[in-house]
Amino acid sequence: MSSKDRILGRIRRALRDDAPAVEVPRDYLHAHGSRTPAERVDLLAAHLAEYRAVVHRTDEAGLPPLIARLLAERGARSVLVPPGLPPHWLPAGGPTSVPDRAGSTPAELDRVDSVLTGCALAVAETGTIVLDGGPDQGRRRITLIPDHHICVVRVPDQVVDSVPQALPLLDPTRPLTWISGPSATSDIELDRVEGVHGPRTLEVVLLGTQ
Amino acid sequence: MTGTHLGMPAFPAVAPAFPAAAREAVRDEVLRANLRHATHTIRDKRRRAVAELADWDRLRAAGKAVKDHTLRHLDRYLLQLDAAVTAAGGTVHWAADADEANRIVTDLVRATGEREVVKVKSMATQEIGLNEALEEAGIAAYETDLAELIVQLGHDRPSHILVPAIHRNRAEIRDIFRAEMGGWGRPAPEPLGDDPRELAEAARLHLREKFLRAKVAVSGANFMVAETGTMVVFESEGNGRMCLTLPETLISVVGIEKVVPTFRDLEIFLQTLPRSSTAERMNPYTTMWTGTTDGDGPSAFHLVLLDNGRTDTLADPTGRQALRCIRCSACLNVCPVYERAGGHAYGSVYPGPIGAILSPQLRGTGSAIDASLPYASTLCGACYEVCPVAIDIPEVLVHLRERVAQGGPVTRGGVRVTLRPADGRTAERAAMRAARLLLDRPGALRAAERLLARARRLAPRTLPGAGRGWTDSRELPTVAAESFRDWWARERSDPR
Ligand code: SF4
Repeated sequence: MSSKDRILGRIRRALRDDAPAVEVPRDYLHAHGSRTPAERVDLLAAHLAEYRAVVHRTDEAGLPPLIARLLAERGARSVLVPPGLPPHWLPAGGPTSVPDRAGSTPAELDRVDSVLTGCALAVAETGTIVLDGGPDQGRRRITLIPDHHICVVRVPDQVVDSVPQALPLLDPTRPLTWISGPSATSDIELDRVEGVHGPRTLEVVLLGTQ
Repeated sequence: MTGTHLGMPAFPAVAPAFPAAAREAVRDEVLRANLRHATHTIRDKRRRAVAELADWDRLRAAGKAVKDHTLRHLDRYLLQLDAAVTAAGGTVHWAADADEANRIVTDLVRATGEREVVKVKSMATQEIGLNEALEEAGIAAYETDLAELIVQLGHDRPSHILVPAIHRNRAEIRDIFRAEMGGWGRPAPEPLGDDPRELAEAARLHLREKFLRAKVAVSGANFMVAETGTMVVFESEGNGRMCLTLPETLISVVGIEKVVPTFRDLEIFLQTLPRSSTAERMNPYTTMWTGTTDGDGPSAFHLVLLDNGRTDTLADPTGRQALRCIRCSACLNVCPVYERAGGHAYGSVYPGPIGAILSPQLRGTGSAIDASLPYASTLCGACYEVCPVAIDIPEVLVHLRERVAQGGPVTRGGVRVTLRPADGRTAERAAMRAARLLLDRPGALRAAERLLARARRLAPRTLPGAGRGWTDSRELPTVAAESFRDWWARERSDPR
């Protein structure tokens, strides 16, 4: 008998007591409060900042100079760029663009200073950005290895209130990365330290119409 | 037939020896101080994080119901999961016990030709002793979670589900990094201070070379979605993302109880797990993946579904609720016994209240430590109050005590057997006496403590006679002589 059959057999025998069927009550809240789009964006900004992401706000015209400034302040010489990133986001004459290629080795990516992406959506209540590998986000590893991640969120369109509102908008067959602030650890005396293995600096640009 | 004849599922011999007794005596003071500080800090934070959600009780009820519903139809959901993972390009393996799971993983790693793997913190792989099994096969397994790294480098054992090195303070961690990192790879930078920031930086540098060259990773998972085949890992540091995305081959070892029916069900646990465990609105990183994705992440994904006593636990209508556990560790942080005893006293990778009901069910009550675990509680109920899936831990404890004392039907290795009631000479009896003596009769505890104090410089330290069930796990100071007794006396006189 295969282990699969053995385990399934054990389960079926274990359940012979005929426990009653269980209904899942879904009366929990769909969102915790009702907000205007502006309030939703403000909450996202506040929660991102609370977990030590650096938040910026700008509009289409202000975006390229803002990104140029953030990269320059970091002293970035190179920046990873996903294939579908709007080309005008990156200022001319800035750091060298490194395309997201299948053939790059992790060691090569480790030499790149920064990465610039969009996102799939953002969740205000939890201060979370979700990446789904879309054309403006690229492979998961490009937002992981460089030490500096600039993520652009289109507001208010890409912002939802809550986790229950986020899931129906996401496609589980795509690889999903939920990011809430830069990487952190509390493993030493429960003292929170931001930045272990993922990007130690997360800058979120809220791109709206101002 | 008695409990001791039933044969236990293979469990790893408990890991390396403790430091010498003299050092240990000092350390245990530190241990208790570390633990008290840590558990109190996090329980207050958790209370605030939970209070933010007006619908917490409803989320808790829904989480409980999702898990109960899944367990009720576990065969169906596992088959659905198997099909979905396979359709998404993954390969599913089924392992009835620890040995089989270790064999499967070892063979998979061997087939890649690699001699090392990077690991994401996983309770399931600790439970089956995977690192030891791989080592025997000549494969080095590197733990990459900071706390697990501290435990591994310190030749130590985890003492908390979420913060496995909670018993170590910063100075100890610095000493371990300095002494051990060089033997495993990149040495710690010199000079190295004991600021958590510096220590985290040392870990980042040490592990980065391993991540960048790793070809094989081993993980667990917090959830598996039956309808889509999606796996979910919650983490904080980014070591999980490194392991889940950089290597070519990913092997996930996951207990069968981790399955949930639908992608939507995650909306409950994405809200309750981070707040219950790290007391955050959301943990820094959560990765969800489904099979393999062309050009992004591992090109080979293997899921090893682990039974190892879970179906036996499922066969017990009262005890099966322990399978709802999402390993948040909230129950540890509020437990007065855990706070004084420390994680090691539970003699299992699952410490605290959940360990007290899970280990004796997964392993059976054949050993002295497992028979005594249901007594490692005052039944104060704090664990139940905080549990995000409403496991009635006191109810299961009482049930397991009855089973130890009075015997009755249990399932071991899929076979229904009848346990005989414990008689005076069995380990079970000793465990009960130990509990009663230690908790109810301060005089007896004091006498034991005096003996203990005299023996303090001698290793190993063991409570005489009746206390053995508890102290066989080698952490007697964790029974925390003075403070424990005082606390108990207070607890008994304090009508709440
Ligand atoms: S028993 Fe409940 S509180 Fe304890 S770790 Fe499991 S889910 Fe968390």
